[in-house]
Amino acid sequence: MVTVTAALVAIGLVTLRYLAAADPTGVAQAQSSLPAHSVPSASRGAVVVELCDGVTHTEVKGLKPGQQMTRAQALAVTGQLMAEWRRKHPDRHWVLAQNDQASPSASSPENPARGNIAGPGETANTKSQQGDTYASFHERDFKVWQAQTDAFVNYGNQVFHSAKLLGSTIGVSCDMCHPNAANTHPETYPKYQEQLQRVALLRDMIDWCIENPIKGKTLDPNDPKMRALEAYILAQRKGVALDYGKH
Amino acid sequence: MAARHKSVETRFYEDRDRVLRALRNCDRRTFLKLSAATMGAVMAKGLVPPHTFQLIEVANAAVDKNWGTHGAQGSAPFRFAYISDAHLYERTLNQRFIRAIVKAVDDVNALDPQPDFVLYGGDLAQLGSPGQLETGRQILGNLKAPVKMMVGEHDWFLDLGEKWQELFGPPTYSFDWKGVHVVVLQSVYEKDFWTARKMTPAERMQTVAGLDNAVQSRFEVGDAQREWLKNDLAKVSKSTPLLIFSHSPLYKYYRPWNFWTEDAEQVQAILKQHEKVTVIHGHTHQMLFNQIGNISFYGMLSTAWPWPYAPEGLPKLTVQMNRADPFDQFDGCGDGEFTARTDQLVDTVYNLWDRNPVTVRADYLVSGGKVDRPPAPQFASY
Repeated sequence: MVTVTAALVAIGLVTLRYLAAADPTGVAQAQSSLPAHSVPSASRGAVVVELCDGVTHTEVKGLKPGQQMTRAQALAVTGQLMAEWRRKHPDRHWVLAQNDQASPSASSPENPARGNIAGPGETANTKSQQGDTYASFHERDFKVWQAQTDAFVNYGNQVFHSAKLLGSTIGVSCDMCHPNAANTHPETYPKYQEQLQRVALLRDMIDWCIENPIKGKTLDPNDPKMRALEAYILAQRKGVALDYGKH
Repeated sequence: MAARHKSVETRFYEDRDRVLRALRNCDRRTFLKLSAATMGAVMAKGLVPPHTFQLIEVANAAVDKNWGTHGAQGSAPFRFAYISDAHLYERTLNQRFIRAIVKAVDDVNALDPQPDFVLYGGDLAQLGSPGQLETGRQILGNLKAPVKMMVGEHDWFLDLGEKWQELFGPPTYSFDWKGVHVVVLQSVYEKDFWTARKMTPAERMQTVAGLDNAVQSRFEVGDAQREWLKNDLAKVSKSTPLLIFSHSPLYKYYRPWNFWTEDAEQVQAILKQHEKVTVIHGHTHQMLFNQIGNISFYGMLSTAWPWPYAPEGLPKLTVQMNRADPFDQFDGCGDGEFTARTDQLVDTVYNLWDRNPVTVRADYLVSGGKVDRPPAPQFASY
């Protein structure tokens, strides 16, 4: 199966990702598996192109796997996909999101990206942007991402404070020794941990604490709880300079 | 990682088990060999048995010339020990914290001569349940010296002090001891944050038990108890030294973690009318000292775990203890001892387990840090 999602992202249709279900608890964010799209295989001598909703798709005849579409071809394909999506979702006002003008603060010197933000349903002004992926995002994108990230961190916060979620057999949670993740110093890893006789990462220390003072079972590095714990601990040290190897 | 890397604690218990196994059924010659080997191991670590506690000089002849000059006729130097912040669960759930308080009880029982009394600094239980409090009382019952109890928030907020008071009596009281007036306060009252949120008692307790949540109120001594304190001190001469035991610090260190007493200034205003005042508090689980006017403050160590130093608000005179080794259950924890001197100042010994004890002389505090500065840590907080 060949899919060409990236081509669509590049021409500004990525805002459809907003339609993904909201994740207020952050649990889904912590899941290790990424969403998988399921589209039918292409027939011989063709390529299937999918929309980022993971459902809508079309077959481009005459395009061989690995071959690039011309710009005109790509615009035709994406137009067709969008039309199909609109037909299936007559009530969705995706255009409104793009009409939502950025706030004045967004054009401040701290946010130079504003000049590259694309307008409603179009590619951004080719004069003012370099045509890269990030240049096409609207301020709303950043807000959504921040909310998703905060939800992820918040799930880590819950795990950090819960002996139950940590699987402690003796009623101990991380915050009992590390309020606000104090003294976890994630910015100092990797570093040689004398007690372990090897170089340790933050997650090695998290696992050590879970196994010893907390008396629980160590987590797989991809375990949603491990990922969320790392997220929470790192988030508490925003602005602290990275200083690996520090003792 | 589990199989290859063992904590100091795990290794210690394995070594100990091995020795104990070997000791069974061994003949005299083997026994002597074994005891020589264990002694050698202890010496090799630079520890002199009994290494977990070191007696300090009790009375200083040089200060005896002050005898009586402060109008405290009949006062005498005396020592008392403390154990604090054990945060016990019941034995069936958690042996770690039990082991720690038992170690402290052993330390204090090994003191020779025995202290006049032992202050228990509060937070006997982790979540205030009757079983936890009773477990603690049973363990403290093994102390040879008399015990003076103080309450902490972990003891209080499940049933608002009902069980604790049933076991130990009123949380606020005072007594006179060898010329010193001693006051024990309940300094962990909080304004009602639970009714409006419809919290169960267990939820209320769990909320107070967490340091880094913004939900709970700040600690306070409260109007009624401050009034009681005023009346209590009205009967005491201004020149009589005061020793105040409080679970919360009675000053403002770091609000977000409730290292804080909301009405601290009002309490200090009452205390500072007396010439010599020493406040000894629990709750902060770290080497911590402060001087505000004529009031000296000492924070007590916990047996359960050390808290990190707060990111701001640390009193200038505090010399941080070395960072704790997370691989050693006992590091950064401990117990300690106070000496009420004949000049009415109070010295303290921080008996940090598995480290050299740190003595903080009152002279360091009252001189504003000019003399007797305690040794600096090699590794301060990050």
